[in-house]
Amino acid sequence: MRLSLVNRCNPVLALFLALALSAAYCLPFVRVSPNRLLSGEPVFLADVLLPLNSPLVVPLMFALFTLLSMAAWQPKRRITQALVFLAMAAGLASLWLLAGHFANHAIQTQNPFARTTLGAGFWTLSAITWMIGLDAIARLQLATLPRLFVQSALLLPLLLSLNQGLQLSIGQEYANHNDVFWPAIFRHLQIVILAVAPALVIGLLLAWRMSRNRRLRQSLFPVLNLIQTIPSIALFGLLMAPLAWIAFQWPALSRAGIGGVGIAPAVLALLMYALLPIARSALAGLEQVPAEAVNAARAMGMTSRQILCEVELPLALPVLFIGLRTAVVQTTGLAAVSALVGAGGLGQMMFDGLFSAANELVILGVIPIVMLAMLADTAFKLLGSLFWTSP
Amino acid sequence: MIIKFKNTCKSYGAEAAIADFNLDIQKGELLVLLGPSGSGKSTVLKMVNRMVSHDEGQIYFHDREINSFNVQDLRRRMGYAIQSVGLFPHRTVAQNIATVPKLLGWDTQRVQARVNELLTLLAMDPKQYAARYPHQLSGGQQQRVGVARALAANPDVLLMDEPFGALDPISRAALQVALKQIQQTTGKTILFVTHDIDEALLLATRIVLLNQGRIVQVGTPLELLQQPANDFVVNFLGRADLGLQQLSMRSIAPYVKAIEGAPPTHVIAYSVSLREAISRMATLHVSALSVVKEDGTVLGQVQAADLLENKHV
Repeated sequence: MRLSLVNRCNPVLALFLALALSAAYCLPFVRVSPNRLLSGEPVFLADVLLPLNSPLVVPLMFALFTLLSMAAWQPKRRITQALVFLAMAAGLASLWLLAGHFANHAIQTQNPFARTTLGAGFWTLSAITWMIGLDAIARLQLATLPRLFVQSALLLPLLLSLNQGLQLSIGQEYANHNDVFWPAIFRHLQIVILAVAPALVIGLLLAWRMSRNRRLRQSLFPVLNLIQTIPSIALFGLLMAPLAWIAFQWPALSRAGIGGVGIAPAVLALLMYALLPIARSALAGLEQVPAEAVNAARAMGMTSRQILCEVELPLALPVLFIGLRTAVVQTTGLAAVSALVGAGGLGQMMFDGLFSAANELVILGVIPIVMLAMLADTAFKLLGSLFWTSP
Repeated sequence: MIIKFKNTCKSYGAEAAIADFNLDIQKGELLVLLGPSGSGKSTVLKMVNRMVSHDEGQIYFHDREINSFNVQDLRRRMGYAIQSVGLFPHRTVAQNIATVPKLLGWDTQRVQARVNELLTLLAMDPKQYAARYPHQLSGGQQQRVGVARALAANPDVLLMDEPFGALDPISRAALQVALKQIQQTTGKTILFVTHDIDEALLLATRIVLLNQGRIVQVGTPLELLQQPANDFVVNFLGRADLGLQQLSMRSIAPYVKAIEGAPPTHVIAYSVSLREAISRMATLHVSALSVVKEDGTVLGQVQAADLLENKHV
């Protein structure tokens, strides 16, 4: 009886709803301070909504609450879930628009240097809205390809309304760092590609050798595992001295940009981290190739290279692809830390923010990293679902 | 002579898998290597395309020692079909069949024509099956594709290692019939490994009975049944069923007599074996049957006493 009740309603959504309500009442939606240096006064969601004086606010809130209650009570109805999805997509944008509107209001009514920073309430509500949206998408039970598109569409209204928040503190930080923001993103991508592309080639070669040689596998995996356990900052540090020495010995390399600091130690360390997921998945992929297919290929007169390229690699690819996805997402995140050895990228903005106690600058650096990782993840899933029908 | 074994030996460690093996295989034979498991029959087969190398002695293919060939060239000249089929799961039926022709560099049109021809030969509609993937086929269909793939480049020899061993009885019987027809129409030389006596008796033009890496007897199915070399042959072929096995190898044609008086009510086809005729008499509780041609004309009758007492007309 209790089980059937759980099956019928959606307790998670009810919990989210309760959390959202308490976050709206207890946590400051934004904070307002007279200038960048002072910490701000908390402003709650109600204080943002009421001055709007719009006759739409109450009916809209009521409609939203009714919709979510219905979705919690009857989660099986797809039309309800589709409406929840649309409401959450609009909700994410609305939270941003509300904060942006309030920032405008503060500058006009208080002083032109007033800073409106996003508060815990804003972040909590956004996170909950995001998760309710994902839950609704999962309940629509779409095939992989449409699901990925719908998931991206959840962010679309927010992305389209980003310029409405330029008066927010984070928008002002963006305006101040406009000249370095986009170069930082490209630098970040450059680091990721420079690390993952060679890791893919090396990882594939290692996996191929390991699939033929049991002893190599037994000695190599502990090494790859060990690298994975070294904290990234320590690994960057470890690589600085030898790279500096190499650059000193061969000035040509130094002129080519290789040295103890900069992009070289970062790329090398990230490459070493990416080897484990790539090599492991490639090996797993090669090992699940049916032995009888390889045997038949041999008996029909295929050479070892033909067997590898035409039978083993194509059959190992779906599994390898999962490892490559892990490696790219992991490297995107880790690349932030590489700013500490002077590699630049989005991590540079993040650390600049940390060292100058400018939280908005930290967020301005972190959010693109998260977005890049999510984008890479989605892109790989998309490619995977295009090529292979099975999950 | 297409394949010749001369004093061939193969041992794994100290244990001899094949000892002093001598055999000549003529073009157009369907030679069945028969024996209990561990008798070395698979090893003999795999030595022919060098999937297993022989230690001593020689194996000749078209009068040339097989070790003097480029191993890939040798294998491409021999079709190979095994019990586990080993189709490439990421390739369609047509691509699977086209494997060896592609390796040999045939042009696309020739490959496609050959694929269609082979699918038709194995009773699979090319339009329906060519674009399917192996996992979309039944076990019997997969093995049909496996046989088609082995035949694709028109090899001189077809090597088959218990190809129908994993199939259900109905698919197996259908494929046995198909293989026999292909062998009779194309005149392919086929080496066929099995441990199934009925399969061997049905398919073989010649049987090589192996035990513990040695040849026990070589002969036609009827020779093995009528003149077994020793007790091992008798036991292996099935002592209790030996009579029935022999009956199944012989046609009723020589026993057909003219009908005197009223013809027997029940009929039987002219082409069946003695075993089938006697079985039919037993189920119908009669001692005589009318024999008819395919078009239904009555040729005469057979009587139980004649069949059992081996009285030819």
